[in-house]
Amino acid sequence: MASMLLNTMWSGSVRPSRAVWLGARSLSMTAQLQAQVQTKSKKTLARPGVKNIVLVEGVRTPFLLSGTTYADLMPHDLARAALQGLLHRTGLPKDAVDYIIYGTVIQEVKTSNVAREAALGAGFSDKIPAHTVTMACISSNQAMTSAVGLIAAGQCDSVVAGGVEFMSDVPIRHSRKMRKTMLSLNRAKTLGQRLSLIGSIRLAHLSPELPAVAEFSTAETMGHSADRLAAAFGVSRIEQDEFAVRSHTLAKQAQDAGLLQDVISFKVPGRDIVSKDNGIRPSSMEQMGKLKPAFVKPHGTVTAANSSFLTDGASAALIMSEEKALAMGYKPKAYLRDFVYVSQDPKDQLLLGPTYGTPKVLERAGLTMSDIDVFEFHEAFAGQIMANMKALDSDWFGQTYLGRKSKVGAPPMEKFNLWGGSLSLGHPFGATGCRLVTTVAHRLQKEGGQYGLVAACAAGGQGHAMVIEAYPQ
Amino acid sequence: MCARCAEHLFEEFQVEMAVVRAAGVFSKFATNKYPSLSGHASRSLSVSSSLTARTHVSYELKDDVAVIRLNDPTAKVNTLTWQLQSELMAVMEEIWANGAVKGAVLISSKPGNFLAGADIKIIQSANSSEEATGFSRQVQKQLEKFEKSPIPIVAAIHGLCLGGGLELAIACQYRIATKSKNTFLGTPEVKLGLLPGLGGTQRLPKLVGLPEALDMMLTGRNISADRAKKMGLVHQLVDPLGPGTKPAEERTIEYLEEVAVGVAKGIANKQVPLTKEKSLMQKLQDTVMGLGQVRKMIYKTASEKVQKQTKGLYPAPVKIIESVKTGLEHGTKAGYLAESENFGKLTVTSEANALIGLYHGQVTCKKNHFGTPEKDVKRLAILGAGLMGAGIAQVSVHKGLTAILKDTTEESISRGHEQVYKSLNTKVKKRALTSFERDVTMSNLSVQLDYSGFQSADIVIEAVSEDINIKHKVLKEVEAIISPHCIFASNTSTLPIKDIAAASKHPEKVIGMHYFSPVDKMPLLEIITTDETSKDTLASAVSVGLKQGKVIIVVRDSPGFYANRCIFQTMAEAIILLQEGAGPKKLDSLMTSFGYPIGPVSLSDEVGLDIAAHVAENLTKAFGVEGGHSAHTILSDLSERGFKGRKSGKGIYLYEDGTKDRSVNPEAEEILKKYKVAAPPAVSSDSDRQYRVVSRFVNEAVLCLQEGILRNPVEGDIGAVFGCGFPPFHGGPFRFVDSMGAERLVSIMRRFEDVYGNRFTPCQLLLDHAQDPSKKFH
Repeated sequence: MASMLLNTMWSGSVRPSRAVWLGARSLSMTAQLQAQVQTKSKKTLARPGVKNIVLVEGVRTPFLLSGTTYADLMPHDLARAALQGLLHRTGLPKDAVDYIIYGTVIQEVKTSNVAREAALGAGFSDKIPAHTVTMACISSNQAMTSAVGLIAAGQCDSVVAGGVEFMSDVPIRHSRKMRKTMLSLNRAKTLGQRLSLIGSIRLAHLSPELPAVAEFSTAETMGHSADRLAAAFGVSRIEQDEFAVRSHTLAKQAQDAGLLQDVISFKVPGRDIVSKDNGIRPSSMEQMGKLKPAFVKPHGTVTAANSSFLTDGASAALIMSEEKALAMGYKPKAYLRDFVYVSQDPKDQLLLGPTYGTPKVLERAGLTMSDIDVFEFHEAFAGQIMANMKALDSDWFGQTYLGRKSKVGAPPMEKFNLWGGSLSLGHPFGATGCRLVTTVAHRLQKEGGQYGLVAACAAGGQGHAMVIEAYPQ
Repeated sequence: MCARCAEHLFEEFQVEMAVVRAAGVFSKFATNKYPSLSGHASRSLSVSSSLTARTHVSYELKDDVAVIRLNDPTAKVNTLTWQLQSELMAVMEEIWANGAVKGAVLISSKPGNFLAGADIKIIQSANSSEEATGFSRQVQKQLEKFEKSPIPIVAAIHGLCLGGGLELAIACQYRIATKSKNTFLGTPEVKLGLLPGLGGTQRLPKLVGLPEALDMMLTGRNISADRAKKMGLVHQLVDPLGPGTKPAEERTIEYLEEVAVGVAKGIANKQVPLTKEKSLMQKLQDTVMGLGQVRKMIYKTASEKVQKQTKGLYPAPVKIIESVKTGLEHGTKAGYLAESENFGKLTVTSEANALIGLYHGQVTCKKNHFGTPEKDVKRLAILGAGLMGAGIAQVSVHKGLTAILKDTTEESISRGHEQVYKSLNTKVKKRALTSFERDVTMSNLSVQLDYSGFQSADIVIEAVSEDINIKHKVLKEVEAIISPHCIFASNTSTLPIKDIAAASKHPEKVIGMHYFSPVDKMPLLEIITTDETSKDTLASAVSVGLKQGKVIIVVRDSPGFYANRCIFQTMAEAIILLQEGAGPKKLDSLMTSFGYPIGPVSLSDEVGLDIAAHVAENLTKAFGVEGGHSAHTILSDLSERGFKGRKSGKGIYLYEDGTKDRSVNPEAEEILKKYKVAAPPAVSSDSDRQYRVVSRFVNEAVLCLQEGILRNPVEGDIGAVFGCGFPPFHGGPFRFVDSMGAERLVSIMRRFEDVYGNRFTPCQLLLDHAQDPSKKFH
């Protein structure tokens, strides 16, 4: 949620790219990865007596910088577009799912159960219940794992899970004092009472309350925490800028190569058809270096350009039991296997969710780091990613904070976020989780790998990780 | 018992735990015979230190920036010892001589402190004021070199930067501080009866403006990093870091250094400006301060305030104002001279001696001298959610202990809960705490009507009514539930602990913990042992008190223990003085002008006349009545009429909301008239009246030592100052006797004895000291 006010600075400052220095080698790994499949710890993560749950399809609206083409919509419009895209892509009958779950972070008060409003608007049967979950940046991960839970428990066979975030408009409230006066006004019986209440309004009452940008428990903004985290792990400004350039470069390549198949086209009322993410802007290190630190001044390292930007977007995924999917004639994309949620100190380890989640989920699945072919980590800040990398690669950290004998080991960069990430594609808080899982599924298919790992951090010092297994092709 | 006195006391005289080693460095010069006042001394010293290996100061070059690290290997805290100072100067000479070095960073390798001041021990060895003055001049000159350094010096501050440490930092060109909760800057010298003698009185006003500088130096308060930034005391802040690939504290210091090196380079190549563009407000303020008339007003206001608060009893604040004034009105040269001269004068005052003694005493009383408890005490259960009970709960949960607060009615536990919440919420409003921290702290408190959870308590502290039967009842109830290791502590103010323990099956687990009201403000805890109390019980009780942040004295069981026994003497004499027609207001002002933070009449009203009567009753029973109507009779007569003191709106004074200027309660005066006795003119001068109150207190304190109630004079002094409001500049009753001379005190008491009889008979120990002037308590 951090970079709220940054996108203005960001958008002006970068021109389309010249830097493609990382590009060439990144996509050529397929053959090598396939060779590794033979040496996996486990042939499959299927377990007797445990239902196989599959991702049938995952889609998303293009992720747009907030305040651009989606500016006049409402959150449920975006969610609706994603749902309709999913229906369209899968040919799913509108009454064929048992349940719909959406994740979101900043709630539009008019549509607080945005899942239900979007489902109704997307033409789903009104007999399908829907609820909305919130868990900061891992809200749609929570939506998906809730779906997995419902299916595993035998409650449902097919569930749509997704997420939406709409930062072009956020609920700005009257001040508490003003609200109190207005509520009393409702209850006032006589004209005299009303007039005296109105008379009590002072200029100070009129200052509005913006949605909190800061962590509630610590009052620290996420960008500030990210800067401190980067400093704690000794991540330099150059490392961060390089990673951000890498993210944008890879995203641009993936976009140009048509790899981002989860993106659906969306005809925005009154505007043109949108079919591409618009935040991808590879730029040079020199340009990156010109930006001033955005949070910790004057010596900080986190800038608008190496942070994720405020984004509008929605995602949706169709999750089914394998039997049901096959019975309905679908060819699943991937198995959704073990997952974990973790949480830790919201002050000094706010964004270390991936470090805590990764070893835990691997252990659950009985896999090792080298079993994983595809890594998709949520890129909140370049500094956060680099800090997690260093934490995973540190014996001291592993021993002191993860209760291990030695380090976990950092994911190899040649398997890591190869189609861009939240830094470049954008990060609609509630919608990112679905994108990560869908991207893993698509990359496994494309690259021929077997296991993929999703990991993400979230406000509140929480985190999530999930292991995804390719569906046999 | 002693209610508000320490609140006042505390504001005026808050000796900080961590603190202050006033400018002691200098006295080391004495051993070097401090020869000349020129640069000669430092030159010769740099030669000698280059011959010996450096142990306290080291430096390395990071590109073209010299990083100078302070690290006293002999102590946990860096202080400005002579060794450190001379090594630092030698290092600086080397760096200044090296043309390749473009900037310097001054940083401490110690976690939690930059430089906590100069070494206090050495200052006491100064033989004369001239000697101290000379030392001050020397170091002033050295710091002048820092100020005029050809390369920028950046002070990188993490943790305590106090006294001489701050004076060193403000002689540098730039200051960066971590925003850590443990970073504090300040000039606490005034609390030791001294002044900042290393140029502080001259540099601070220029840096932060006259009003702020005076406030800092006159109160000695600690300034947080945030505040320091706002004041302009530091240029830049650095956030403390969490753990990375090494521990948080270590990495934070490294990071601070990295940032400071960057800034030093920036200053050297003119990218970082040394002075910020001043805001309109600042410009305006500067203009106003430029007016001689305005400054005059400020000196005047400050002097008046000092006079009002100190009654002219503390010389240091006056000298601080004088030094600042000289510098601003007659130029820096005269200012530095005035500072060093005043510094010299102050070092040899009895006030400084007493205050430094108190500082040492307080450090001693913040240690556990009874070993590590067998079981770490973490869970408290407190019986009685009144003012005391809730207060104890508050200081416990605030320091990370968990507490059960139990009482018998919903009303009382609700009130108790509110008391704790309010105190924390006040901190939130002052931004000393976040609302989240408040909530987490409150989650350690459970208020309840039953005994659930008592079985896992490590200590039960009772704060129920002062009635032996009720105490016995709760003791038996509690003993039926608690586990064998659990301690039972009583917060009684007068009942003998052995009487309470008589009902216990485990008297070795019974101990007295006498807190002072208000618990969160009064620093003292009096721990009382009986002959049966086990050593581990004592060690555990002390460890609890230390966790609660208390200054602890340990005394032997006896009626009134130590503090209340002494206060009782004061109060009893005060009542007699009232009977003799001294007049409440006059009496109070007599005692405050003697140096007490609050007069005895106001104190009785604060404590509550009913409670005072109760204490008087118990102690009168124990020690017998002396002469005329006992204090107990008069106090009960007053409280039975509903005059219970501040809490009932009427005591000996009248308490009305919204007015601080209180008048004497005419009805109470009527009652007092009933007991009127004639004032013997031979012992009724103002000074005699003061000494009647003081001598009874002091004699009782000495008697407590004689009887073995007190373990030593140090604890006696600490107890009297922090629990009874004994004038801090006298350092406590024992130091008072030492400095005035026992013989003189005895002769005064003999004069009173002639009129009043045995209540003024000096105790044997005091007589011993009077007969042999070589005997001293300290």
